[in-house]
Amino acid sequence: MIAPYVPADWLVLLPEIALVVVAVLLAVLDVAYPQLRRTGELGIYAGIGIALAGVLGIVFALPGSDRTLLFGGMLRSDLFAFVFRMLVIFAGVMTALLSSGVRGVSRHGEYFILLIGACLGMNFMALSADIIMLYLALETTSIAGYVLAGFAHGDDHAAEAGLKYFLFGAATSGLLVYGLSLLYGFTGETGLAAIAAAVGDGQVPPAALLVINMLLLAGIGFKLAAVPFHFWAPDVYEGAPTPVTAFISTASKAVGFAVLFRIMSVTVPMSAYLLPLLTAISVLSMTLGNLAALAQRNIKRLLAYSSIAHAGYVLMAVVTISDLGTAAVVFYLITYVVTNLAAFAVVIIFARVSGSDEIADYAGLSRRSPYLALAMLVAFLSLAGVPPLAGFFGKMFLFAAVVEAGLIWLAIVGVLNAILGIYYYLIVLKVVFVYPAPEGAASIDVPRVYSVSLAVLCIGIVVLGTVAGPWFDLALQSAQGIY
Amino acid sequence: MVPLSWYLVLAALLFSIGIYGVLARANAIGILMALELMLNGVILNIVAFWRYRGPTQVSGQMFAIIVFAVAAAEAAVGLALIISIYRRRGTVVAEDVSLLKW
Repeated sequence: MIAPYVPADWLVLLPEIALVVVAVLLAVLDVAYPQLRRTGELGIYAGIGIALAGVLGIVFALPGSDRTLLFGGMLRSDLFAFVFRMLVIFAGVMTALLSSGVRGVSRHGEYFILLIGACLGMNFMALSADIIMLYLALETTSIAGYVLAGFAHGDDHAAEAGLKYFLFGAATSGLLVYGLSLLYGFTGETGLAAIAAAVGDGQVPPAALLVINMLLLAGIGFKLAAVPFHFWAPDVYEGAPTPVTAFISTASKAVGFAVLFRIMSVTVPMSAYLLPLLTAISVLSMTLGNLAALAQRNIKRLLAYSSIAHAGYVLMAVVTISDLGTAAVVFYLITYVVTNLAAFAVVIIFARVSGSDEIADYAGLSRRSPYLALAMLVAFLSLAGVPPLAGFFGKMFLFAAVVEAGLIWLAIVGVLNAILGIYYYLIVLKVVFVYPAPEGAASIDVPRVYSVSLAVLCIGIVVLGTVAGPWFDLALQSAQGIY
Repeated sequence: MVPLSWYLVLAALLFSIGIYGVLARANAIGILMALELMLNGVILNIVAFWRYRGPTQVSGQMFAIIVFAVAAAEAAVGLALIISIYRRRGTVVAEDVSLLKW
């Protein structure tokens, strides 16, 4: 029943252990060298530390094709989890680097420690194979996220964003854990595999399973920011410090999908209605997200609605319940994380100088800073899905998986939505490239850290697009054995 | 012995009152209390299930304790956020906290 304890289990957790060490070191650095607070170097050290954790993981803890249960069945180590963990760590590195010059957060060591805490929680979300572990990891992520969102407490908008994020998050996680408690009660098990077996035996009455599915979906839907659990997203994205927004909209969403896959392996065999429900959520998220994005004047709100739409695209491939669909989801999430981080990096750099997030203020950016405008072009065209950038191949694999599964109408809805998406991304680019800059607008200076991280992200977008093959192979490998 | 269903009904009631409170209360402190009520319903659920379904296994107890711990952490963070709002705006009524909307 219970997997025996093996000391070698700890090796799998090397990246997480390294993250904890980095967090402790940061706490010490913060106290021992107060001058680091002034220079904003803490963010750079945090970024390097998180990156080291990722490198350690890739070098020493790369899982093979086998899947192993660790620590009495609490965690499950496989390539699928590993890809998501590395994705989270990548997003963590970028967020730390991008935070290093943002007023209100860059001078606080505890900000970066909380960021690492959120990374830890997300890694364990991807690893968890037990509902207790799952809930604990999810709450670790969420609670760190609430504080991060409300961190800049000198700022009315940030405080409000933190409170809204907290109220929505706590309510939906309450629904989720009620569902988990029912799942535990009906099956008497807490391991996901054991629960799946019990559900397969018909131990849970269909009516109860319906209720449980709804409750779980509410909790995960919040993480995904999918319609109808999206209300928090625009407000929180707009109000929170932009690096935190970037982190929530990429890493948090990606691991939300990892958890959805883990949970679906439990619930799908028994519930014929879950798939139509997820399909409906997918269509609604795409359509509502894109339509609402059309009307936005604030770039962070626009990206919030666009991220709701992207959750809809990904859900489209989730409902195919196939290895190809899972691989498409993994690949899409990799491209989405890199692309969205690049988009938010541009927003952060622009807001540093202009202090504004209004799209109208982006007028003439191409004259004020050609390289920044170029990076914005790459990021937004990739979000829109224009070849040869990463976003195009992500969408292509998604639609291929959907068509393969015979859901032609869903693919058509997706393509129509993608066209709608291109429209509002291009409107922003029109403001950037066509409209003249206001009189006397200064050029935008970009600190070294920012230009390096933005360059890495943009190169990532191009590489993921032009050399998509190996990455998709990785996604295909990681998708094996999810069902 | 009291049948399991009594506990489950009580837990469901607590949980439902909590949801009602979250949706209906305007005061952020009230919402926070309602959230705690929801989690208490969950804990009662888990403990009852543990006692009646598998008292020999510790996993149920562990689950309950972890939900306790999370509820405490959540309350602490929630109160901190509410205080930070109150300091800046002088109000804890959720409807008055609405700088962000489109």
